[in-house]
Amino acid sequence: MTVNAPAKPPTAPPAPKQKRVRGIEGARAWQAFWLLLPTLIAIALVAGFPLYRTIFFSVQEANLTTPGQATYVGLQNFWFTTAEGIGLGFLQDPQWWQAVRNTLTFTVVSVFLETVFGMIVALVVNSAFRGRAFLRTAMLVPWAIPTVVSAQMWAYMYNDSFGLIGQGVLGGQALLADPSSAIWALIAVDVWKTTSFMALLILAGLQSLPGDMYEAADMDGASKWTQFWRLTLPLLRPALLVALVFRSLDALRVFDIMYVMLGANDAASTSMTGYARQQLIDNQLLGVGSAVSVAIFIIIMAIVVAYVTAFRVKFD
Amino acid sequence: MKKAIALFSLTAAIAASSQAGAVQVTLACGTVGQELQLCKDGAARWAKKTGNTVKIFESPNLTNDRLGLYQQQLAAKSDAIDVYQLDIIWPGLLAQHFVDLKGKVPAAEVNAHFKGIIDADTVDGKLVALPWFTDAGLLYYRTDLLKKYGYNAAPKTWTELATMAKKIQDGEKKANSTFTGFVWQGKNYEGLTCDALEWLVSFGGGTIVDNTGKITVNNPNAAKAIDTAASWVKSISPAGVTTYGEEEARGIFQSGNAAFMRNWPYAWALGQSPDSKVKGKIGVAPLPSGGNGNAATLGGWNLGVSMYSKNQAAAIDLVRYLTGAEEQKIRAVEAAYNPTRPALYKDQAVLKANPFFGSLLDVFTSAVARPSGPTKLKYNQVSQAFSGAVSDVLNGKSTGTAAVKKLETDLARIKGRGW
Amino acid sequence: MNLKRTNPSLFYLQRTLFYVLVIVIAAYLLFPFFWAVLTSFRRATDLFLPPLQFIGAPTTIDNYIQVFGNPSFRRGLLYSLIVAVGAVAVSLLFGSFAAYALGRFRFRGKQFIMYVILAVSVFPQIAVLGGLFTLITRFGLFDNPLGLMVSYLIFTIPFTVWVLTSFVRDIPGELEEAALVDGASPLQTLFRVLFPVMMPALVTTGLLAFINAWNEYLFALTFMSTNRTVPVVIANYSGASQYDQPWGPIMAASIVVTIPLITLVLIFQRNIVSGLTAGAVKG
Repeated sequence: MTVNAPAKPPTAPPAPKQKRVRGIEGARAWQAFWLLLPTLIAIALVAGFPLYRTIFFSVQEANLTTPGQATYVGLQNFWFTTAEGIGLGFLQDPQWWQAVRNTLTFTVVSVFLETVFGMIVALVVNSAFRGRAFLRTAMLVPWAIPTVVSAQMWAYMYNDSFGLIGQGVLGGQALLADPSSAIWALIAVDVWKTTSFMALLILAGLQSLPGDMYEAADMDGASKWTQFWRLTLPLLRPALLVALVFRSLDALRVFDIMYVMLGANDAASTSMTGYARQQLIDNQLLGVGSAVSVAIFIIIMAIVVAYVTAFRVKFD
Repeated sequence: MKKAIALFSLTAAIAASSQAGAVQVTLACGTVGQELQLCKDGAARWAKKTGNTVKIFESPNLTNDRLGLYQQQLAAKSDAIDVYQLDIIWPGLLAQHFVDLKGKVPAAEVNAHFKGIIDADTVDGKLVALPWFTDAGLLYYRTDLLKKYGYNAAPKTWTELATMAKKIQDGEKKANSTFTGFVWQGKNYEGLTCDALEWLVSFGGGTIVDNTGKITVNNPNAAKAIDTAASWVKSISPAGVTTYGEEEARGIFQSGNAAFMRNWPYAWALGQSPDSKVKGKIGVAPLPSGGNGNAATLGGWNLGVSMYSKNQAAAIDLVRYLTGAEEQKIRAVEAAYNPTRPALYKDQAVLKANPFFGSLLDVFTSAVARPSGPTKLKYNQVSQAFSGAVSDVLNGKSTGTAAVKKLETDLARIKGRGW
Repeated sequence: MNLKRTNPSLFYLQRTLFYVLVIVIAAYLLFPFFWAVLTSFRRATDLFLPPLQFIGAPTTIDNYIQVFGNPSFRRGLLYSLIVAVGAVAVSLLFGSFAAYALGRFRFRGKQFIMYVILAVSVFPQIAVLGGLFTLITRFGLFDNPLGLMVSYLIFTIPFTVWVLTSFVRDIPGELEEAALVDGASPLQTLFRVLFPVMMPALVTTGLLAFINAWNEYLFALTFMSTNRTVPVVIANYSGASQYDQPWGPIMAASIVVTIPLITLVLIFQRNIVSGLTAGAVKG
């Protein structure tokens, strides 16, 4: 996935105008190339080359402080069993699998809830009633709040000695104390923050639906319920799918909520990115950390490729 | 423009006139109010004495965050910080980035500190840092409440502590629903490693990894110790104790909502401050025994000079000043920071401010070091694995026996081909 | 709406239920924020009060005074602004060039470039963290806002290119044809003809990219140490000389950071909705 320069256009000298169509085509291609160059360089610099470095270090034993002294170890960072039968690769580390499980739970549950709630909110905002403009505006508030801020806000509400939820509702329970109940608390934060984003996307889809179909359905005496299942959902499917895929990819990358609310150690067993960062930065294991990063990259890219091929996404 | 030039030459002249050329040294301090204030004051005194300036860098509160930050700084060979505060467990981890103070500091001055701490600060013969203050886990208790419920001394064993805490908690809860028996550091971070090591050692369960690097944690005493602590959660300690660090525990104790607390010496002075609700009602004792005597984890902070500092000479001078007897005495009197010089434990002013220094001297001298020496660069992972395992037991997801068995496997994995 | 005539009671019941739903939604979306605002105006000693008494407790602005008196927070605001504005400016400039090329020109390899940009826009940031870290330290940009700004291009550039391309496609072609006949270069055409038309799109894209950069945490945590940006300052906020968690100041700091965003979002809310959906729905 490194970024190459675009296919070389024919190197004809810029021909005088209206002489030959090919010449104009060639000149246009060159102009496009120059216009794209800054972007391509920037992407190569911040994405292509660092990704290559990460892949390079994933097969090295290296310390973050001294990346120059890396030694090649092949796939040992991923999977290696010593003579004593001890597994050293991160794929043999139970904590990594715990992080994978938790991240998947987090992704599936929160994206599902966001979609359901987002659909409800979008349908409500899409109908005419007094106060609609206010609700439309209110929708944007959670979305605009920085994730770290919402994590702190909720951490405060979850606090067992003076939190509204921890003390007021649950009477002194500490939801965040135990990673297995904490994951639900984290999902609640994420759902709150991104339901409105989902609602926005779904709302845009709803507003592009043709109105005459509904009029026809009304004529036929179809109930609102039937209309929703038979008309709205099928028509919304493309927009919904896009929103779902983008949100899932976002949720799989989750890091800041865990890190802020649980601390570095527990974040490493609740978020894949948290685990990778702990290996890479806290433990200075550039090799293992890079190997984990590559694994996360592969997981996410596989989903993207599957999506693009399944729905034959075309850009022209 | 003329003005600017004149101003510039004036400052240049001032700079040139001071003997070493006044420089700016950046010192990393903590962020909790008093720690930061004392750090600033000490730096200011040195600045006044030498004519240099000190820039204070406020580090994050949690030790883990702080280490991550420093590692990033040092990995990048950044000269942003000249003098770092090193936790007693870091020298092995960061030795390569620090100036060797042997030879830069007179031997007599080095030997005036506790030998155990100097040993912990020495890595492969290189003196990485000078001791600034030492720390050991202590048991804080409410003298007034013990009396009220008919006890005349601090608990000697963990069992006694549980009984006393239960009785006091049941009694106090009638008037104050948020009252709890015992608070400590249960959040999954380095602080839990410290607390849990104390339980282990006091039950005779060893120090996770022994001095030769052998993994010793899988033994019945260690399992029993962790199980005992897990039995406190939701009985004499609040459910939220597994999210507490030092400051959360202190907040509860100091607002009068707990009978006992495990914490470092710094909590003493804060507990006795005018705005504390428990001023004059605090007692300090060694932590209880689990059958193998009492144990306190060695903590404390040291000052080291970064290899990448542009002003090493001035930075070393600042370290020597801050770790000097005079400065340590001020910190001991004002905020109960434990000196690292035995001589100061006989100082009248220090003893007057901290009556327990004298009686608890052997707690400080015999404090148990975490296995950061034998596990070297991998100590961080060892500690993560340990605190994670303990955390699982505290949350009821595992039993002591299962946890230490799994921990043994995890540690073997971390050890790999050797520490 | 013939229900009103046929069965008025059912109609009113339905309408009441609908409004209850509206109120529930509004409360759910706004309440946590309201609670944070309330907390930021309360004294530390009142945090332990039960909810009803807490709402009625005396108001204070001490938390805000403390937050603005905190040098690392003030610096954080400045650095956040520098980094986010810088990253957005670069992205808009580069992105509009690229969007013009991708939306208007036909050339071989275009499809491939679009795929690359899409791939980068869904990049997990962790995948480049290690590589970027070694790069940034090698160029001496660690703890330097410039290094952080450049690293933010990884998500701001693909996003701007993506959204602007779909805008450029929607601009009618007649506009530039006149300019091209006059023999204007592509750059002249872009600046003179397209930019004025693209203004709303640029504002929207810029704003969305700004919000992303302003809120970013992972890179900010890893590539900066003394010059922290605001999200990291808030996550590590501890200024307590008091004996309690400084939740008041934390909430005050949070509100200070959030208010500008909410204001911007409310001003440009129409554009935002169109910008969010332009990139995604047409994909």
